[in-house]
Amino acid sequence: MSDTADRVKKIVVENLGVEAEKVTEDASFIDDLGADSLDIVELVMAFEEEFGVEIPDDAAEKITTVKDAITYIDEHKD
Amino acid sequence: MRRVVVTGLGLVTPLGADVETAWRNIIAGKSGAATITRFDASDYACRIACEVKPPEHEYGFDAGKRVDHKVQRQVDLFITFGIDAAGQAIEDAGLTDMSEPERYRAGCSIGSGIGGLPGIESESLVLAAKGPRRVSPHFVHGRLINLISGQVSIKYGLMGPNHAVVTACSTGAHSIGDAARMIAMDDADVMLAGGAESAICPIGIAGFAQARALSTNFNDTPERASRPYDVDRDGFVMGEGAGVVVLEEYEHAKARGAKIYAEVIGYGLSGDAYHVTAPHPEGSGAYRAMEMAMRKSGLALSDIDYVNAHGTSTPLGDELELGAVRRLFGSAIDTMSMSSTKSAIGHLLGGAGAVESIFCILAMRDGIVPPTLNLDNPSENCAGVDLVPHKAKERRVRAVLNNSFGFGGTNASLVMKAMD
Repeated sequence: MSDTADRVKKIVVENLGVEAEKVTEDASFIDDLGADSLDIVELVMAFEEEFGVEIPDDAAEKITTVKDAITYIDEHKD
Repeated sequence: MRRVVVTGLGLVTPLGADVETAWRNIIAGKSGAATITRFDASDYACRIACEVKPPEHEYGFDAGKRVDHKVQRQVDLFITFGIDAAGQAIEDAGLTDMSEPERYRAGCSIGSGIGGLPGIESESLVLAAKGPRRVSPHFVHGRLINLISGQVSIKYGLMGPNHAVVTACSTGAHSIGDAARMIAMDDADVMLAGGAESAICPIGIAGFAQARALSTNFNDTPERASRPYDVDRDGFVMGEGAGVVVLEEYEHAKARGAKIYAEVIGYGLSGDAYHVTAPHPEGSGAYRAMEMAMRKSGLALSDIDYVNAHGTSTPLGDELELGAVRRLFGSAIDTMSMSSTKSAIGHLLGGAGAVESIFCILAMRDGIVPPTLNLDNPSENCAGVDLVPHKAKERRVRAVLNNSFGFGGTNASLVMKAMD
């Protein structure tokens, strides 16, 4: 597992208050992890803060699973 | 008019995060005051408060018991306190499993005086330091005063009236009084009613200190700072926490065999129309609120055994309340006891009226009235009034009067009686 994946999962566990085992790469934030649209806004902010990347709204809308987040961050971080 | 009774109680206080622990510590004469730990207050004029204690403390508060982790992260502490106190009350009443039709007739009236001040302060700092894109998407609904009622209604599926009073330090009493009227007027059969507060943050302490409302002479002996009616009192000590009761229509409670603590029989409200922070110099607003509550109750003044005073430990307020009580009660003052539990847990602002109503109910249940701590040298005006100095006192308590007065000149009084 990449370092990005670990850090993303940690943020998801903390922000959504879900068990770590549930945060698989295929997990959908809304369907599997009980997030609502505002939770996703908050998650994206936490990713931006953690990785120093900017995730514009149109990109954020496409991030629906844990894997989407990891991929986006890996492609855009320095 | 439909009768309204109390069938459930919930408390989060600086002396305990459940009803029995808080009450035991109040009766034992403990003080919840200490040096502020929530932030570094070392260069503030007031460095003390009655904080709700952390979970590892002997009588601390464990937010995880009734409030989802996710909700805790999103909301200010006053909402977390309110959700927990409401949960305790609805569990105590045995109403966690109401049917859908019952839940249409069950509502919430849980307010706060100030609301999410700590979060408003901290997110403003985030905005200033990092810009608008770093402000939490949960900022607004995590700070709004009516979000205790909102969160509680969602958690327990309560689809009746959803209301939240904001009348500064009268909030808790108004919440109970208004909710009782909703039941009396047939808007609902069950109401969760009360108030919560948590404003122990830099801007909260600084603001109240600048208004010259807080005690500043006892920073080194915090447990001595809240001393209502004492000649050395110099302002209130900020408290925090929540009190919520379950109010229920009498026949509804009787039909399901509920444990009934008390009946709400009188409610009085008034405005001083005088000054934003100073009470009316003749205590006329306080007098009229009490007089209205007594008139509605149908009781004689001599029926009142215990008055839980507003008694915040401010030089002016205590004196004026006592004067108004004296004028209203006349010779009936000889047979009642009056104390201020703010001497033990500080001033819970919007939570005060609800927490203190619960203490009144417990006084009736147990036949004991809580003490006024630190009343070493009563001011002159106190002569002849039993202010229950230092130690709790066993006595018959069948009817009680509870006072709450707030900034803006807003006053509320409640009269309750024990069931026969």
